[in-house]
Amino acid sequence: MSNDTEPAELEQANRVIPFVDYLALEPEPHLVANECTSCGARFFDRRNACASCFATEFTKVPVSTEGELRSFTIVAFAAPGIPVPFVAGIIDCDGTSVRGNVINVEPDAEHVQLGMKVRLTTVPIGEDTAGTEAVNFAFEPLEGAA
Amino acid sequence: MASGDVWILGIHMTKFGKRPDDDIIDLAAEAAMAALKDAGVTMADIGVLAAGNLMNAQAGIGQQLQKQIGQTGIPVYNVANACATGATALRTAIMAVKAGETDFGLAVGVEKLSGAGLLTGGSRKADADEWTPSGRYGAVAGVDGRIGTEIMPGVFAQVGMEYSHKYGGADFELFARISEKNHSHSTLNPLAAYTKKMSLEEIMGDIMIAYPNTRPMCSANCDGAAAAVVVSDAKLQTLDPDQRRRAIKVSASVLTSDPWQEACQVLPDVNTLTRMAATQAYEQAGVSPEDLDLVELHDCFATAELVHYDNLMLCPEGEAVPFFESGATWRDGSTPVNVSGGLESKGHPIAATGIANIWEVCHHLRGEAGDRQIEGAKVGLAHVIGLGSACGVHILEKAA
Repeated sequence: MSNDTEPAELEQANRVIPFVDYLALEPEPHLVANECTSCGARFFDRRNACASCFATEFTKVPVSTEGELRSFTIVAFAAPGIPVPFVAGIIDCDGTSVRGNVINVEPDAEHVQLGMKVRLTTVPIGEDTAGTEAVNFAFEPLEGAA
Repeated sequence: MASGDVWILGIHMTKFGKRPDDDIIDLAAEAAMAALKDAGVTMADIGVLAAGNLMNAQAGIGQQLQKQIGQTGIPVYNVANACATGATALRTAIMAVKAGETDFGLAVGVEKLSGAGLLTGGSRKADADEWTPSGRYGAVAGVDGRIGTEIMPGVFAQVGMEYSHKYGGADFELFARISEKNHSHSTLNPLAAYTKKMSLEEIMGDIMIAYPNTRPMCSANCDGAAAAVVVSDAKLQTLDPDQRRRAIKVSASVLTSDPWQEACQVLPDVNTLTRMAATQAYEQAGVSPEDLDLVELHDCFATAELVHYDNLMLCPEGEAVPFFESGATWRDGSTPVNVSGGLESKGHPIAATGIANIWEVCHHLRGEAGDRQIEGAKVGLAHVIGLGSACGVHILEKAA
């Protein structure tokens, strides 16, 4: 496949893109929410209007990169191709709830604790055929993190 | 003097389980014809049909059913509302009767789900050759397993664990004990898909799906149908004494969707809309949680049952764990919950569930529940929730 690569595509090699729109990789990786200018409700998706107050003006705001694990599950059975077990969590990032995987921790109930402090980190997902690398986010324990 | 009340005149639930020789319409017809017979009416009396089926929501199940059991030209509503589909169908029929459009309505819920596996997150598309942002989050590839989980056992595991984080006391063993209760209850229900008693050790030692939910702590995919005939109060008063005696009053019929809450975009909030529905239902019925003789609630997973004790206000806020530990929700407790065996053992043919739970309650209120009869039952509550979300709560009362 790489032998067929066109010169134009080669120029794009090593381009890095975020896995989702709401992940900003620069200057330091962080999540960006659409915040309703009227009521302050935060959303990660593209919006038509505010689900809380129906206003239509939003502003981009950075979300705290540290938080507390408010809930989790350890998925042991998933679709083919999804490595298991993995820890799926709900993280309270200073008042904004975020869904993400918890990594760099043993995926068992002894090591993953409700209320544990975590911080945002990044995970490379891989390169596509054009050589573009997608980078995802996840969370890792604050204590004992590498 | 006729009131605006609506009554359940006839109701039926098919045997749940593997039904390989019956197609969807066979199951729907079996439930509908038996409900009509139970009501003592025919399709000629029915003025509205609401048909629920989720997996074939575009198939026009209502009209297909009419073509097998009676085409009379009445309005048909094909409804789909996630796991609240059956309750939505029933409520559609109730609304038509309340609106005065007809005296008799028929609601049917049917699903073929045996061997369905994981209903969401059961497959993830292979990554494309090029990362191309798409959808409202601009994701360049499938997010399940990469940004948390989309599988239902995992989503509802987090619902239970969130409750544990908030109030404490709920761990793997406690959730497994809820499942132990429901599997124990199922041994008395011949229509349940699974009727095997399971020990705590068996439940905790079974295959882990999404911690803390092991396989027997998950609702069972199976085939089944349920149907109900509803009637106006005015019409009921003209029917014969046997029909009137067995009629069950729909004291409350409520449907809610989820109001916006801060975290609802990342973890479905199954709590707020259930509490809203319950509050409205108790008010409509003039009934309080202490009055309930039995409750059928949506235990799609053992982790979900715990939070709904609280959401339905069966216990003081935050006290679902001590409430369960007191034995209150066992069939000999103060508020028996899921004496049918619940979705974990009775099974969860999605669109049938929201009528089957009402059948269970009616069965007890009529004093026809045989070995599993809750003696003297007069008031019961049936609850379903479908993610997305929709919550149905019905309160049912024995004829005075």
